[in-house]
Amino acid sequence: MLQKKKFSDYSRSCIVTYAIVIAAFIIISVLKTMGMLSSLLSGLLVPVCAYIVAAIALNLTVGIMGELSLGHAGFMSVGCFSGVLVAQSLADVIPFAPVRLVVAMVIGALLAGVMGIIIGVPALRLKGDYLAIVTLAFGEIIKNLMQCVYVGKDVNGLHFGMKDQMALGMDAATGKMLINGPMGTVSVTKISTFTSGFVLILITLFLVFNFMNSRTGRAVMALRDNRIAAESVGIHSTKVKLIAFLFSAMLAGAAGALYGLNYSSIGPVKFDYNTSILILVFVVLGGIGNMRGSIIAAAILTVLPEMLREFSDYRMLAYAILLIVMMLANNSKFKKNFMEKRNLKQLERKEAAARKEATEHGNA
Amino acid sequence: MKKVLSLALACTMLVSVLAGCGGGASSASSGAAASGAASSAAASGAEGGVFKIGGIGPTTGSAAVYGLATKQGAEIAIEEINALGGVQFEMNYQDDQAEGEKGVSAYNTLKDWGMQILYGCTTSGSCAAVAAESYNDRIFQLTPSASSTDVTSGRDNVFQVCFTDPNQGTTAAQYIVDNALGTKVAVIYNNADPYSTGIYTAFAAKASEIGLEIVSTTTFPSDTTTDFSVQLTDAKSAGADLVFLPIYYTPASLILAQAKSMGYAPNFFGCDGMDGILTLEGFDTSLAEGLMLMTPFNAADEGSKDFVTKYAAAYGEEPNQFAADGYDCIYAIYAAIEKAGLTPDMDAQTICEKMIETFTASDFSVDGLTGSGMTWSTAGEVSKQPVGVKVTDGVYVNM
Repeated sequence: MLQKKKFSDYSRSCIVTYAIVIAAFIIISVLKTMGMLSSLLSGLLVPVCAYIVAAIALNLTVGIMGELSLGHAGFMSVGCFSGVLVAQSLADVIPFAPVRLVVAMVIGALLAGVMGIIIGVPALRLKGDYLAIVTLAFGEIIKNLMQCVYVGKDVNGLHFGMKDQMALGMDAATGKMLINGPMGTVSVTKISTFTSGFVLILITLFLVFNFMNSRTGRAVMALRDNRIAAESVGIHSTKVKLIAFLFSAMLAGAAGALYGLNYSSIGPVKFDYNTSILILVFVVLGGIGNMRGSIIAAAILTVLPEMLREFSDYRMLAYAILLIVMMLANNSKFKKNFMEKRNLKQLERKEAAARKEATEHGNA
Repeated sequence: MKKVLSLALACTMLVSVLAGCGGGASSASSGAAASGAASSAAASGAEGGVFKIGGIGPTTGSAAVYGLATKQGAEIAIEEINALGGVQFEMNYQDDQAEGEKGVSAYNTLKDWGMQILYGCTTSGSCAAVAAESYNDRIFQLTPSASSTDVTSGRDNVFQVCFTDPNQGTTAAQYIVDNALGTKVAVIYNNADPYSTGIYTAFAAKASEIGLEIVSTTTFPSDTTTDFSVQLTDAKSAGADLVFLPIYYTPASLILAQAKSMGYAPNFFGCDGMDGILTLEGFDTSLAEGLMLMTPFNAADEGSKDFVTKYAAAYGEEPNQFAADGYDCIYAIYAAIEKAGLTPDMDAQTICEKMIETFTASDFSVDGLTGSGMTWSTAGEVSKQPVGVKVTDGVYVNM
């Protein structure tokens, strides 16, 4: 019976998170249709959605699996460029944009997942910080590789090269570059919308919450808390960790595709070490292992620097100070006391309810 | 708890003080322009109002030098134009950290501010993302230094004041052959930079067409690279007598120094990104002796003296090609507004259509610091004469 009680608590917390996301979507949509949303904010909606999905994905690795990944921007990069490539090449085959976007996100997620397996298989067999080191290198490798990738399209189909634009040997009249080395994606038809970002967040939350509550998810958490104890009861550590990491990489890939299809041009430099750290900051500030926190932190920290534009040159300074203040507030005694009191109250309420139920049962 | 509260309060105070500073600084820098605007706006009376020009470029981050230069060059031009009376400008310059995402946010901020004409962006990557937005919203855009063809292609509202990358590459190859500067060429370029890669691609194509032999092609991955011995050794062992450097001046300064220390003395040839090398802090200008580069702007020229003096007085440094491009941008906008007879009460869309019409008109040309008789094609590319200069005794001398 205790088990059942715990479940319902968990689902309640999930439902609150869904409710927050849906409420935010409805409020923003209403504001948007009423024209009360500034161009700045409406321009930020899709990147915020992409960052939220990426933060949830990373939280799966950092919070649930307990391993550090410093290269999640690399997975976003893979998802972004493959997604954009797919969406651009299929423009004539699938004229309906939302379907094309879904196909792009699925392909982006799959390719990012392949990368996740390639990295995860060797790194997750080891104990310690190896995943952090390997993912750090992965992010840099992807960035440097993408700077050399040239893909063009003409009447004869796709041309792929690693040298330069000329080496593709495209038909001059109909040739069009899709990915142009260091320039990245060029002349992308933007098909990402706020609604698609919102749906992606919901799907991500649904998948992650159910994963956390699944057999594999609980095994991953058991491994995080005590590896030896978990292995002693027969949990295959590499396998379940690999599943969680694959999941995390795929979600980041889908986020990358959403992000890439929101801009007419995105260079590979965008997905560098700084972006990986930015996503990690979302996760840490929102609370490691706390999905709702990641969502809120990603939204606030993406919008905040833009809101601080009024401070002109002191913008980044103000941003840094605010970050420190938030971190301090998060760890303050004030907040801890508050949380403790709240937990205590909840516990008391639960106990009272249990007692009541028990007496009722006894009476019956 | 008390500690936290006091800390939070202290931080709030600090932020508000900084905010005051920030506001003060920006209003001080635009103070002259603003007061000029106020007085002449009153004088011109009937015309009234100012044109709101939105500027975008990196003012923080690794590309901030270029963004600040274009911003300051434009500020000088705006000050001059506002002092003339007549058409009045007001500029709001937003930071994009040379990044597409931030560029689009900066663009949207400017749109909320009520921008009528867009001046920017400084870098190609950000500009390509922003140009798609300005094309959709029909806002006229003139960029001082985003030289990639991806910026203008397919967008009739975007114009460039700088040479395009391919244009520079082909001109450079032609120039080397015409002036017999070298027979065996080595190229060292930054393959992570659209600018550098763009020039190289066109240079290589033109070289094979006109029979210029490229004996060595090497790359480096970022402008923060510090060791070029591999690239230089390759060029040296291939027997190159001219090294073509389509890169920015910071890595180029290191290449020059390292070539000298290994006793390799070919001719060095650069493009407009090389401009600024002589004013680079801590750079021994004797290393650049004999360096040839193609730049549209020569600070030692008679015509740019006035601008150079004003710029040095305002910002304490010698302007480079980026600042001059920014200056020319504002004057090109000014000339087009005068010619089309636009007024500040028109909306951005009307201004955009009129500006496009004026810029592509056959009788529209602008004489600026970076070239006289600049005209624009419908593709948005500028047509002006590049100037080859050679560094002699620490100054540019026209070749």
